[in-house]
Amino acid sequence: MIQNKTLSSKMADIAILLILALLALGSVTPIINTLAVSLSDSSKAAAGIVSFWPIGFTLDSYANILSDQKFFDAAWVSVKRVVLGVIVSLSVITLMAFPLSREVRQFPLRNVYMWFCIFTMMFHGGLIPTFLTIRDLGLIDSIWALVLPGAASVFNVVLMVNFFRNLPKEMDESASIDGAGPWYKLFVIYLPLSVPILATIVLFTMVGHWNSFFDGLIYMNKEENYPLQTYVQQLVVQIDPTKEYREEDIELLRSVSQRTVNAAKIFVTLLPIMLVYPFLQRYFMTGIMLGSVKE
Amino acid sequence: MNNKVERSHYHLMLLPGILLLLIFSIYPMFGVILAFKQFNPVAGIWGSPWIGFEHFRSVFNNPLSFQVVYNTLFIATAKIIANNVASLVFALLLNEVRIRWFKRTVQTVVYLPYFLSWVILAGMFKDMFSNEGLINKTLGLMGVDAITFLGSNAWFPAILVGTDTWKDFGFGAIIYLAALTNINPNLYEASAIDGANRWQNLKYITLPSLTTTIILLATLSMQGVLNAGFEQVLNMYNVVVYESGDIIDTYVYRLGLSQAQYEIATAIGLFKSVVSFILIGVSSYLAYRFANYRIF
Repeated sequence: MIQNKTLSSKMADIAILLILALLALGSVTPIINTLAVSLSDSSKAAAGIVSFWPIGFTLDSYANILSDQKFFDAAWVSVKRVVLGVIVSLSVITLMAFPLSREVRQFPLRNVYMWFCIFTMMFHGGLIPTFLTIRDLGLIDSIWALVLPGAASVFNVVLMVNFFRNLPKEMDESASIDGAGPWYKLFVIYLPLSVPILATIVLFTMVGHWNSFFDGLIYMNKEENYPLQTYVQQLVVQIDPTKEYREEDIELLRSVSQRTVNAAKIFVTLLPIMLVYPFLQRYFMTGIMLGSVKE
Repeated sequence: MNNKVERSHYHLMLLPGILLLLIFSIYPMFGVILAFKQFNPVAGIWGSPWIGFEHFRSVFNNPLSFQVVYNTLFIATAKIIANNVASLVFALLLNEVRIRWFKRTVQTVVYLPYFLSWVILAGMFKDMFSNEGLINKTLGLMGVDAITFLGSNAWFPAILVGTDTWKDFGFGAIIYLAALTNINPNLYEASAIDGANRWQNLKYITLPSLTTTIILLATLSMQGVLNAGFEQVLNMYNVVVYESGDIIDTYVYRLGLSQAQYEIATAIGLFKSVVSFILIGVSSYLAYRFANYRIF
């Protein structure tokens, strides 16, 4: 774009930069505030004078987490579900995507399967029937209740199908001429070329598993089976602002260590996302472009 | 390898995924018959006696249902409008920036909240909006008395819309940014020769070029109009703001799992699924008609 460097245009540039800088600052304000509260002296945090910088710096609230067995149990459940979830989902999705990426002439039932999958994406049994299904399968309090129900993510299958379809057709044909079967083609020819889409799906699946709390809440009866987000959710529900008006709760809510410790737990829970985020960012653009639309 | 053998391998590859979908998506769809039954836990869904449309009748006769549907539509519509406008404006502003590192940094920072869970964010916001929180303390400096944001029916929907837009506007801008990079640069060169200023460029080139994308996203967002944000509301609301904040999904959750009224909750859930299904069909058709969009 050719820009004319008039005064008004320069002023507009400066205004735009300022607005964007403020938006960026706004996007991290809650995170910085939480970090500052978690690192502050509990009485200062209670008085509400901590904004962006810890006041009365202390690591007490983090030390407090170290003695919280429940927190570690929950973190361990989350780690397990992320690992199992990624392995199961990625295998299932890849195996589904390859046949569905074939032409109808190669695989006549392809469209039937595809519509079946799309239908499951569009219509849901709803909360109660799904819950009863999981219960009847005996998956309550089992890690598989967190891993299996969402494993065959049709959204991700569609992403991968689109990616496979954009790979050069000639490659597939010459492999056929050399006598390659479906499994050989998938594992030796297609997958090595699919790193961007595999990375996108792995990262989306990881983030999805790490962030979900609701399945933990309804499918786990015992607290020690809660994943980390469900554990934190129970804390968050307790910081209910309406409770401030009940006499007996005032003491609890003013009990400040609660506030700084909760802030520390929230911060530790979001930390893994902040760590994978830089890698995620490199790939998700591709993923989004391929799928065109977010969920 | 002949075709028949090859095809049997394709079926084999699809088997695990199809099985999972049958068990966890298709089988629960049959469970919706619960909405027409008098549930007996011992007999199970299939053995319980039929009761017809009784549960639907009681749902539609309950004034609370209308409040909940109204809240859902109101909150979801406001979110759709606010999110799309904010994403578009942000993409347009970012598109004007020529400084590479600045653009990159802003993008990275602004996308981040999209990846954080509502559990985490609700924890942060509840603290920030509390009486001793950052927002009220900042207002206090300006001489404003503390406002109980999350305990007020006037404020609560606005906070839901505001925080949801805050979380997603950066990520939503990605599609607009992609559309912006696809605009033919010759158009801007030609307009420069004609002496057009920035404002005229925006009005006569940029916005018209984005029309298809805007229409596409607007039609597709129709399908979300019964989803006002279950995780967000569940984690941010409380008894005091049920009146303005209770949406279909949270209502189903409370009735169904907290109060064990399985049939009523299933009836409401079925109603929602059917309407959503129709909305997805209609909006996908419109998106295909007007923007040539297809999922696969």
